[in-house]
Amino acid sequence: MSGDYAFYLWGSYSVTFLLLLLEVVFLLKRKREAKA
Amino acid sequence: MKWFWYASPQTFYPLAGRMAPWFAAAAALLCIAGLYVGLVVAPSDAQQGEVYRVIYIHVPAAWMSMFIYVVMAGWAAFGLAFNTRLSGMMASALAPTGALFTAIALWTGSLWGRPTWGTYWVWDARLTSELILLFLYLGFIALQAAIDDPRRADRAGALLAIVGAVNIPIIHYSVVWWNTLHQGASVSVTRAPTMAAQMLTGLLLMALAFWMYTIAVTLVRVRCIIREREG
Repeated sequence: MSGDYAFYLWGSYSVTFLLLLLEVVFLLKRKREAKA
Repeated sequence: MKWFWYASPQTFYPLAGRMAPWFAAAAALLCIAGLYVGLVVAPSDAQQGEVYRVIYIHVPAAWMSMFIYVVMAGWAAFGLAFNTRLSGMMASALAPTGALFTAIALWTGSLWGRPTWGTYWVWDARLTSELILLFLYLGFIALQAAIDDPRRADRAGALLAIVGAVNIPIIHYSVVWWNTLHQGASVSVTRAPTMAAQMLTGLLLMALAFWMYTIAVTLVRVRCIIREREG
C-alpha cells in the first residue's frame, strides 16, 4: 500500500506509535519508582 | 456520584487505579478498529491516493493537542480559583501527553505536507500557532520542573496555562481568519460530512482511541504525582 509515498505514510505511523509506546514505557518506569 | 469526595487526592487515587485499565483496554480496541477501517476498509482518495491515510493519526492528534490544552487550562484555573490540590496535579499529568500529541500532529502534518504541498513546513498561521502550542506545553512542563514547592509550581504553571489558552481559538480559526496553505476543517459538527462514510468512521474511531489513551495515561500519571507529592 501507498506506492511512492510509503516513506511519508509509514514514517507517520511508525513515529506516532513509537512515541506513544515510549510514553507508556517511561510512565511505567515512573510508576515503579513512585511505588519504591 | 460523590464529586467532592473524589476531589481529594487520597480518595481519587484508588478510583484512578481502578479506571485506568478499562480506558487502556478501550484505547487498544478502538485503535485496532480505527486502523482496520482507516488502512483496510476506507477507499483511496481520488486526488491524494494512499498518502491521505496520514489523516487517521494527524487529525485526531491535532484535535487532542487542542482539547488536552483546554482541559489542562481548565484544571489549572479551577486549582487557582479554589486552591484544590488535585487540580494542579491533573494539569501536570495532562501536559506531557498534550505535548506528545502536538509533536505527533506537527510531525505527521509535515510528512503529509511534503507530497501534497511540496514542502515539509511553511510558516502559515495554522502550522505556526500549532508550533506555539508545543512551546506552551514545553514551557508549562519546564516551569513546573523549575520550582521545588509543588503548590507554587502549580500556581505558576496555572498562570501560564490560562494565558496560553488564547492560542487555542487562534489555532482553530486560523484557517478562517487568514489565507493559509493548510486546508479548512475536515470535519464539522455544523456541516454534513464531505468525506466517505468509511473515512469518517476511521477518523472518529482513531479520535476516540486517542481520547481513551489520554485518559488512561493521565490517570496513571496523576497516581504517580499523588504518590510523589503525598507519599
